[in-house]
Amino acid sequence: MSGDRVTKALLFISSLTILLLSAGIVISLLGGALPAFKEFGVRFITSSVWNPTEGSEEYGAMAFIAGTVITSILALIICIPMAFSTSLFIAEYYNGTRTSRILRSLVDLLAGIPSIVYGFWGFYALRPLLVATGLTDQGFGVFTASLVLAIMIVPYATSLSAEIISMVPAELKEAAYSLGATRREVIFSVVIPSARSGIIASFILALGRALGETMAVTMLIGNANVIPKGLFAPGNTMASVIANQFGEASGLKMSALIAIGLLLFLITALVNYLGKLIIKRFA
Amino acid sequence: MTEINTALTDNIGRRNRTNVRFRYLVIAGAVITVIPIFLIVGSLAIKGFRQINLAFFTQPAPDTFQAMMAASTGDIIPGGIANGLTGSLLMVFLASLFAIPPGLMTGIYIYENSSQKYARFIRSLAEILQGVPSIILGIIAYIWIVKNITKGYSALAGSVSLAIMMLPLIIRSTEETMRMIPVSIREAAFALGTPYYKMIYKILIPVSFSGLATGVLLALSRILGETAPLMLTALGSPAISFDITKPVSAVPLLIWDFYNDPNMVSLVWSASLFLMVFVLSMNLLARSVASKHKYI
Repeated sequence: MSGDRVTKALLFISSLTILLLSAGIVISLLGGALPAFKEFGVRFITSSVWNPTEGSEEYGAMAFIAGTVITSILALIICIPMAFSTSLFIAEYYNGTRTSRILRSLVDLLAGIPSIVYGFWGFYALRPLLVATGLTDQGFGVFTASLVLAIMIVPYATSLSAEIISMVPAELKEAAYSLGATRREVIFSVVIPSARSGIIASFILALGRALGETMAVTMLIGNANVIPKGLFAPGNTMASVIANQFGEASGLKMSALIAIGLLLFLITALVNYLGKLIIKRFA
Repeated sequence: MTEINTALTDNIGRRNRTNVRFRYLVIAGAVITVIPIFLIVGSLAIKGFRQINLAFFTQPAPDTFQAMMAASTGDIIPGGIANGLTGSLLMVFLASLFAIPPGLMTGIYIYENSSQKYARFIRSLAEILQGVPSIILGIIAYIWIVKNITKGYSALAGSVSLAIMMLPLIIRSTEETMRMIPVSIREAAFALGTPYYKMIYKILIPVSFSGLATGVLLALSRILGETAPLMLTALGSPAISFDITKPVSAVPLLIWDFYNDPNMVSLVWSASLFLMVFVLSMNLLARSVASKHKYI
């Protein structure tokens, strides 16, 4: 029976990998961020000054926190009607049909396209369109980034929403139909109320995706280290400032970037935890 | 139900009209959602096709001067993405080596002990790790490998960041696959006196093989297109290199380099087209394996 013991031990040891990895990630981020927090204290979070000039170095994360939150929320707002109608299409109107399967695979394809390809496409194909509308001069900024971000997170919101909408018991819907309700009335008074928390969770998880997205946003947001002044103004996000400045950073600046990474880690972990919590209660 | 009751007293003609209108709204929303995929694939195919030739796969990236000369005469840009291709394959191979064995075993461990608190805790950790933005994994690999082990940007650091991304994906897909295996198969094995380890190696793994392969392929298609963590770890290199302690390039890193060089624009279209087709075919392969998924 030694084979049994060896196998059990091997399985247990491999399960430690993820434990050590998670602990290591948190410790390394904390350790790397410590100098920045020691130097600036709470001001690191509340200040929006980002000045890497030697001698008068000052780093604050607020501009990037604002940029991340604004682009992600805007992306979510754009994403909601798209994901909502697509999931109704897949799981309610055309549930189980070939059309529904085709649409579902197309939406899955959207999830497979690499972030940098989205960024490049947004830069060369979408940006000129936005410039042509006259709303923006350069086409860079919060809105452009959010629009591409919305397309990127649609598949995540859709697949989960569709799954949950298709789980609504047929008896409930049939009861409403038997009372003479139209399909729209069934959707709004039966399907949505009973799938509500699942649908909300799917959007929260999509938001979690948007918060950490890097490349596409970096290529489109304009990379200005200020709190965005409007929908079409440039800004910067936590992920994209790390991507842009980490390579040439050292000392205090490196620590400030790691501290931004730590904050981003905490925000995404919190949002994802919230989404998972709602799903668990739903199930 | 009150809404239905009040609605019933309304004019049936109006209710039918809003019903039809809402249906069109849903269809329109769904169509708008899938339009971008056609736009993206279409524009990449049209603009990227010209540069795809044999040299594109066999030669390293050109320097900006060569590209400028070609662009000025209207020729296609010489060179290709060979240095990125070899770098990507090297790092993805190493990442698989680091992530697949512990990922599979941890997945099996969670499945086998799913009633225990510790296993459930490990599963939540994997869920959290899966949600960590990839750029943060780049920072981690930078601190661990670039600063302390290879003392400089390296393929090893790139692979470690990709491996950390891959690990939770493999763990979750393994556990979910295992959960789909009928309990009766396990029970039948135990009833015949099969030892535990033989049950795992000879029954659980072979029976769920296609499901496990799907999970691995999907994880690979995720990490193949990753750019952000590699910017902080592998950095990029103009030459083909297989030294894991030195910087290497990768296809997404090349796209980033080309994107930042105005002379290389037409090469970005081709490189993006190639990366997208590569990742999507991996994705489709995974799904076709999954659809053949059968449990005895």
